[in-house]
Amino acid sequence: MAGAGAGTRAAAPVAVAPAAPVRPRLRVTSPHPRGASIAANLALLVVGVAFLVPLAWIVLASLDGDATVSVSLPEAPTLQNFRDVLTYELTLLPLWNSLVVSGGAALVTVAVATLAAYPLSRYRMRFNRSFLYVILFGSCLPITAIMVPVYALFVALGMLDSLTGTVLFLAATSLPMAVWMLKNFMDSVPVSLEEAAWVDGASAMTALRRIVVPLMRPGIAVVFIFVFTQAWGNFFVPFVLLLDPARQPAAVSIYTFFGTNGAVAYGQLAAFSILYATPVLVLYLLVQRLAGGSFALAGSVKG
Amino acid sequence: MTTAVTTHGPRRAERTPARRGSATLLKLAPLLPACALMLVFLAGPIAYALYGSLTNAALTGYRAADPEFVGLDNYVQLVGSAEFWRSAWLTLFFVLASAVVGQNVLGMGIALLLRAARGPLRSVVSALVVTAWVLPEIVAAFTLYAFFSTDGTLNAALGAVGAGGTAWLVSFPMMAVVLANVWRGTAFSMMVYGAALSEVPPDVAEAAALDGASGAQRFFRITLPMIRRSVSTNLMLTTLQTLGVFTLIWVMTGGGPGTQSSTLPVLAFQEAFKFAQVGYGTAIAVVTLVVGAVFAAVYVRVLKPEVD
Repeated sequence: MAGAGAGTRAAAPVAVAPAAPVRPRLRVTSPHPRGASIAANLALLVVGVAFLVPLAWIVLASLDGDATVSVSLPEAPTLQNFRDVLTYELTLLPLWNSLVVSGGAALVTVAVATLAAYPLSRYRMRFNRSFLYVILFGSCLPITAIMVPVYALFVALGMLDSLTGTVLFLAATSLPMAVWMLKNFMDSVPVSLEEAAWVDGASAMTALRRIVVPLMRPGIAVVFIFVFTQAWGNFFVPFVLLLDPARQPAAVSIYTFFGTNGAVAYGQLAAFSILYATPVLVLYLLVQRLAGGSFALAGSVKG
Repeated sequence: MTTAVTTHGPRRAERTPARRGSATLLKLAPLLPACALMLVFLAGPIAYALYGSLTNAALTGYRAADPEFVGLDNYVQLVGSAEFWRSAWLTLFFVLASAVVGQNVLGMGIALLLRAARGPLRSVVSALVVTAWVLPEIVAAFTLYAFFSTDGTLNAALGAVGAGGTAWLVSFPMMAVVLANVWRGTAFSMMVYGAALSEVPPDVAEAAALDGASGAQRFFRITLPMIRRSVSTNLMLTTLQTLGVFTLIWVMTGGGPGTQSSTLPVLAFQEAFKFAQVGYGTAIAVVTLVVGAVFAAVYVRVLKPEVD
């Protein structure tokens, strides 16, 4: 997601928790299970610390009245950093802009991709196969690499600094992945239910709206959250396409803040980061609940 | 690619060609919005990039309003530029070290450790690794900037054990961004390999263990060949992902010092917006895109059975 997309986008799938052990585990390292599991636990501990330390900085610094770039326990934990950044211009407006941009991109993507997935999933046509190849190919292209020509194109079209233009661009970049995922979700909805509706005279679009979409709500929610998260975390696209600070989403305003105040106000930067990152973490947990196990992964990466 | 595909499409019951034609068009109508969006906002910039790289467009001034067609001048300049070649090598190094080696080897290692270990530590560690991946890229970039900066945690820790630190982001910018990308992206490989390993039937490895195969032999001779499709898919995806990384490098080092950590996406941005050479920056973008397209085409071939 990340990536994707973007920046983090190239096909980062909706994440899946490491699969719970279903079968007896392979003993890969040693014929002595106890020794092996102690060694594995020690190695995991090292890995865990390496991943924990940078994360701990952001939490501890946000609670520290005079935070530095180094991890340290705050002498007097305080919420002052949060109070300082929770102003309209600094946090609320950028977060609102993020919501508009990401929500808009996710809505457009899901609506357009659901429509597109229907013929791809339901009809066997020659066209489908070439279309799916193009989709798959498009979902892999490193779109961040072409932000310079995208900027030039937006200048030429007079769409620079337009929220609509940014939303549509973000939607278009997430479309290949969304169509691919939704087509796979739709394939798992049995066609027999629609056939009954067709016999009763319903059109394909009625069948899609009344039967297929309600049955694949979890899949649609997964794709919505996936696109929303990608757009929410995207820095490069709004950084290049939106110039007016009043329109910039949190990803860009946090960067501007860092540029002007970062060197003096690391605590505020950390508090700002936490406020900005929390929605994404919550949505990730929601996706876990919506699409447990390999369900989400199967929709995106089939390896 | 497409021509090869269309020749063996599924045969349907024959109807009159005219009716079949209009019925097919009607059936394809729901694809129109998606096609329109992708044509304008994906194919559009790519076509514009191909054209723009052949002009001397600038960011401001009269060359911005009325760029001249200069043919392959930008590419000639590119091929002759030491800076471009250094950036290309930096990109290759960044992708190899952080994606192909770093994320894949560490991701596989953690996936194996998670299966071998016992107790609550497993879920704590996998949650931490995944959190680093779920965080918005710019927040991850800030935390790693803090970690590697001169007064940051890494130097503080080194000082605590009596070792001298250095200004990592200045002296070893590539090492810092490579490690940062490993920290940020390993979760993806860990999850893909975790899922793949759980699909491997345990009896095969157990039979090999009875025949006296060592743990390493079982992994390299049995497990790895059985999950090779996951490995190739994941190698391709992490490579493409890493090729496009901009924010992490931009926030941590700004491509600097100088252009010592400017991978191709960063260099394209610098040329276009710092030095106002939009045409030249676009040519760099096209080169990056072509490299990505080659990898993407290989990936599509690998996934061909999924489409057919």
